[in-house]
Amino acid sequence: MRIGIITFPGSLDDVDAARAVRLAGGEPVALWHAEHDLQDVDAVVLPGGFSYGDYLRAGAIAARAPLMQDVVERARQGLPVLGICNGFQVLCEAGLLPGALTRNSHLHFRNRDQVLGVERADTAWTSSYATGQRIVIPVKNGEGRFVASDGDLDRIEGEGRVVVRYLDGNPNGSSRDIAGVTSENGRVVGLMPHPEHAVEDLTGPSTDGLGFFTSVLKAVVNA
Amino acid sequence: MRDGRWRGPGSLGGVSHVVVDVVLKPEISDPQGQAVLGALGRLGHAGVTSVRQGKHFVLEVDGTPDEAELKQIAETLLANPVIEDVELHLPTD
Repeated sequence: MRIGIITFPGSLDDVDAARAVRLAGGEPVALWHAEHDLQDVDAVVLPGGFSYGDYLRAGAIAARAPLMQDVVERARQGLPVLGICNGFQVLCEAGLLPGALTRNSHLHFRNRDQVLGVERADTAWTSSYATGQRIVIPVKNGEGRFVASDGDLDRIEGEGRVVVRYLDGNPNGSSRDIAGVTSENGRVVGLMPHPEHAVEDLTGPSTDGLGFFTSVLKAVVNA
Repeated sequence: MRDGRWRGPGSLGGVSHVVVDVVLKPEISDPQGQAVLGALGRLGHAGVTSVRQGKHFVLEVDGTPDEAELKQIAETLLANPVIEDVELHLPTD
């Protein structure tokens, strides 16, 4: 099972994402943003970091990278895509996910272990979890506040597009405590917290993040 | 022009200057603007009741600007229409 991880100029967590894929039992494939080549991968991870230095808006310039045109086209046909932190910002900027991420309401970078509630356990990236499960994975962002108009938020909630929600405190002022959302078909998922940093007892607060990467392996087999 | 004196949209020497202003939509809270407002209050400027922070782009364009193309640039890259309003100012002369 080949899981592509795209590196943009300024990506930071691509190596951790590759490690998480390997620990889950998949084969990580390094992809470069400037090449129109998805190398026949079965799914794609957009990692965290500060692509293009967060210039213009976080994720805005990376969302227009050559390889992202291929990702958008294939995602609309069902290719599973996971955006973590900066990757989530890229997916919103690319129009694959609703809403936008902007400056934290308190203006501070926030870095801590975060409790999340899983609300959708039927997406390509969350089937290893149970609906209502509490998981603990790190969150670290300065522009992680999920925002949209009230009408859009009502639509996102009404369509059941919220995948994970912040519990026991909202780290960045995100509207309605939303930490992650999915596409209409449940194949594209974006979230601000970092499941790839919670895959081993030695380095993470838990191994709760591994489920994102084991889920997609099942989704690819069943596709 | 290059010394920074130029302030608005216009044309000179076959090059047009187009200005694009981007600001968060009114319903999206602006913590940076609120931080500026807080600083103004501490400096004694109690009369300022709201600050909204935005972005100001100046584009140099060869020849006569194509309004449709610039509108597309403004709405698809310079601003994120999910959360931002955008104003395009074309040269009037």
